[in-house]
Amino acid sequence: MVLTGAEIVIRCLQEEKVEYVFGYPGGAVLYIYDALFQQEAVRHVLVRHEQAAVHAADGYARSTERVGVALVTSGPGATNAVTGIATAFCDSIPLVVISGQVPTAAIGQDAFQEVDTVGITRPCVKHNFLVKDVRDIASTIKKAFYLAKTGRPGPVLVDIPKDVSMHKCEFEYPKEISMRSYNPVVKGHSGQIKKAVQLLLEAKRPMIYTGGGVVLSNAAEQLTRLTRLLGYPITNTLMGLGGYPASDRQYLGMPGMHGTYEANMSMHYSDVLLAVGARFDDRVIGLPSHFAEEPRKIIHIDIDPSSISKRVKVDVPIVGDVKEVLEEMIRQLESGEARPNPEALAAWWKQVEEWRGRNCMVYKNSDEIIKPQFVVQKLWEVTGGEAIVTSDVGQHQMWAAQYYRFDKPRRWLNSGGLGTMGVGMPYAMGAKLANPDMPVACITGEASIQMNIQELSTCKQFRLPIKICNLNNRYLGMVRQWQQLFHGQRYSESYMDSLPDFAKLAESYGHVGIRVDKPGDVEGAIREAFTTHKNELVFLDFQVDQTENVYPMVQGGKGLTEMILSAEDL
Amino acid sequence: MRHVISLLIENESGALSRVSGLFSARGYNIESLTVAPTEDASMSRMTIVTTGSDDIIEQITKQLNKLVEVVKVVDISEAAHIERELMLVKVRATGKDREEIKRTADIFRARIIDVTDASYVVELTGNQGKLDAFLGAIEPALILETVRSGVCGVGRGDRVLKL
Ligand SMILES: Cc1cc2nc3c(=O)[nH]c(=O)nc-3n(C[C@H](O)[C@H](O)[C@H](O)COP(=O)(O)OP(=O)(O)OC[C@H]3O[C@@H](n4cnc5c(N)ncnc54)[C@H](O)[C@@H]3O)c2cc1C
Ligand SMILES: Cc1ncc(C[n+]2csc(CCOP(=O)(O)OP(=O)(O)O)c2C)c(N)n1
Ligand SMILES: [Mg+2]
Repeated sequence: MVLTGAEIVIRCLQEEKVEYVFGYPGGAVLYIYDALFQQEAVRHVLVRHEQAAVHAADGYARSTERVGVALVTSGPGATNAVTGIATAFCDSIPLVVISGQVPTAAIGQDAFQEVDTVGITRPCVKHNFLVKDVRDIASTIKKAFYLAKTGRPGPVLVDIPKDVSMHKCEFEYPKEISMRSYNPVVKGHSGQIKKAVQLLLEAKRPMIYTGGGVVLSNAAEQLTRLTRLLGYPITNTLMGLGGYPASDRQYLGMPGMHGTYEANMSMHYSDVLLAVGARFDDRVIGLPSHFAEEPRKIIHIDIDPSSISKRVKVDVPIVGDVKEVLEEMIRQLESGEARPNPEALAAWWKQVEEWRGRNCMVYKNSDEIIKPQFVVQKLWEVTGGEAIVTSDVGQHQMWAAQYYRFDKPRRWLNSGGLGTMGVGMPYAMGAKLANPDMPVACITGEASIQMNIQELSTCKQFRLPIKICNLNNRYLGMVRQWQQLFHGQRYSESYMDSLPDFAKLAESYGHVGIRVDKPGDVEGAIREAFTTHKNELVFLDFQVDQTENVYPMVQGGKGLTEMILSAEDL
Repeated sequence: MRHVISLLIENESGALSRVSGLFSARGYNIESLTVAPTEDASMSRMTIVTTGSDDIIEQITKQLNKLVEVVKVVDISEAAHIERELMLVKVRATGKDREEIKRTADIFRARIIDVTDASYVVELTGNQGKLDAFLGAIEPALILETVRSGVCGVGRGDRVLKL
C-alpha cells in the first residue's frame, strides 16, 4: 500500500498498539496531524506545553509496562520537549518522541523554526534518528520502539523533516528487528549467579538494596519471593518504591539522604550487600569514601554494565535482566539444601530492630497547624494505600516517599534522577489515562505545581479526575531547608510571594478547589475529593507548616551513618 | 595510563559526534581520534588514544559499548599491538639546510614528497615516539607546519577486531 510519510507514522503507531499520543501541533508536523485526524485508533491528547506532553507520556509509561509516545513540532516544540526527554532519560523510562523538522532542503539554512534537534537531544536520549527518506520511516520507528523498551530502557527521538512526511512510498511494517550493534544481555551468567547465591548464604549481616531496575523489569514478585526465602532485610530506593511491599516486616524503608536510620545503618554495616537494579546514586550512599570504609562484599545485578563498578567497586557483577536473574537465584536456592545461618541472622535482626527502634520517622503533630507529613498519612489512609501517587520535586516529594507506603510497583511516579519540578500533574494525567479505574493523586508544592499549572486546562478537556494535594508552605521548601541548615538562614529567593488562590484558580477551569487550613479538616477534605467529587479534578490546597523540614537527613559530603534524625539533632 | 581503544561503529552520519560527545560530556581525555570506513563500507573503524585510571578506562569502554551504533570495542593496548601515525612536516629548506634535512629524513626513513626552492614536505610514518623524535631532530625555526593523522592501531598476531 502506498502511503505518505505522515500516514506511515500513524500506521506504525497503530502497529505498536499505541493508545495515546501526547502532543502539540505546528508547521513541521502538519502532515502528521492531518493523518492523525483521519483515523481513530491512536488518540491524541492535546497538552498546553510540550514539556508536559513528554512528562505525560512518561507518566503513562511509568504507570504501565508500555512505551509512552509524544509528538512535537520543530524548533520551539522540540526545545520545549527537552526537559521531558532528559527527565525520562535520567530515570530510564521508555519513550518514543517524534519531532517535526524543517524540510530536508532547508536543513542547515537557518530556516524558520529550525534547530538541530538530534544534536540538542543527543546527550539525553538512549538514541535518536533523523529520517531523511520516507522509505526509512517504518524501520526507524520500529527500531525506536525496540530500543526504547529493551535493555536499559530510555527515550528515543525520531526527527522527521516535513517533506519526508509528505513523500509517498510503499508501507510495510517490519515484523522483526535486529541490530548488529545492539544486543543487550538479558540472561545472567550462571556461574556468577552461583557465586552470588553462595555469598548470600554465607552472609552474617546481609542486606538487600533494590532500585528502579526492579520496577522496570516488572520483577516485584520475584524480588518478594527471594527476599522472603532468605529472610533478609531490604530497602528500596526512591525509584524502587513498591518493588517490595512497604508494609512488610522485612522492609526497612528508603535508604539515602532522606532515608531511614535503619536502612542506612544496615546498608553501611552489612557484610554482604545485594544490589538489584540500583545504581549507587550519590543521594543513596552518601560520601563514597565513607561508604567504602566498611569492608563488605557487593553483588550487583544490572542490565547496564556501565552501572556496575561506576561509583562503588563491586565483587560479584551480574549483567542481566533483574527478573531473569532473580528467577535463577530462586531456582538455585530452592533446588539446594543450604539455607542462611539462623543464629547469625537472628543476631543481625536484633541489631536491625534496635536501629528501627530509634523511630526516626516520628514527627511532632499539631492540632493548630497542618503538618505536611500528616496530610500524606491521611491520603494513604483514605485511599487504603491503593492510589497511584505522583509527586513534584522538593520537600513534599520526600514526605510523599516517606509516608505513603507503597505495597505495589508502578504506583509511585516521580522524577528521581533529574529532579524536575513540574512533572507532578503531567505524570498524573498520563497515569490516569493509562489506569482510568484507579485513583490518582498528585502530591505537589505551590512552586512546583506552577511550573506546569497550564495543564489544568488539558485535564478539563480530557476530563481527568486527578486529585492534586498541594502542600502549600509558601516556600521553595527544599531550598529553604538547605539555606537554613547550610547557608546561615539567609533565605535568598526561596519565598513564594504573590501566590494565586489555588482553589479559585482550579474553579476557573471548571474543577473543584478546596482550601484546607486546619488539621481537623484534612481527612474530611481528602474523603470529599475521593467520594463526592470522585469524577472531578479536585485541587486540595493545604496550608501547611512553613518551617517543617525533611528528616532524617544525610548532608552532602557526609557518610550514610552521620544522619541528622530530627530538629533536636541540630 | 595511556590506552589505545579501537572500535567498529556503524557508518552513520552523527556517529562520530556521539563518540566525541561522550568523551566531552563525561570529562574523559582524548589524545587523538581517527576514523575512516573499513573494507565493509557500512562500518567505520575508530582509534582513540586516551589516558585515565583503570576505573576510568573501564567506564570508557563500557560507555562506548553502550552507544547504540557501536558494534565492537577493544582496548588494543591491553596486549601486544602495533601503532602507527602519519605525519607531514613542511620545513623551510634553503642553503645548507636542504642537505641536512634530507639526511635527517633518510635516517628516519622519511620521504620528501614535495620540493620547492625554499621548502620540503616530509612524510613520516611510525609510532608517536618516532614522530616526536624526528621533530626534535629538526631545528625548530625551520618547521613551517606539522600535520599529524593521530594514531591508528591493530593487535598483533591472531587478535582481530572484526564483526
Ligand atoms: C530532592 C531529591 C531527594 C532525593 N533523595 C533520595 C533519597 O533520600 N534516597 C534515594 O534512594 N533517592 C533519592 N533521590 C533520588 C536519587 O537522585 C536517584 O534518582 C535514585 O536514588 C536512583 O535510584 P536507583 O538507584 O534505583 O536507580 P534508577 O535511576 O532507577 O536506575 C535503575 C538501574 O537499574 C538498571 N535497570 C533498568 N532496567 C533493568 C532491568 N530490566 N534489569 C536489570 N537492571 C535494570 C539500570 O541500568 C539502572 O542502573 C532523591 C531525588 C531528589 C530529586
Ligand atoms: C525545574 C527545577 N528548577 C529548580 C529546581 C531546584 N529545586 C528543588 S526543590 C525546589 C523547591 C520546590 O518548592 P515546592 O514545589 O514548593 O516544594 P517544597 O519543597 O516547598 O515542598 C527547587 C527550586 C528543581 N528541582 N527543578
Ligand atoms: Mg513549597
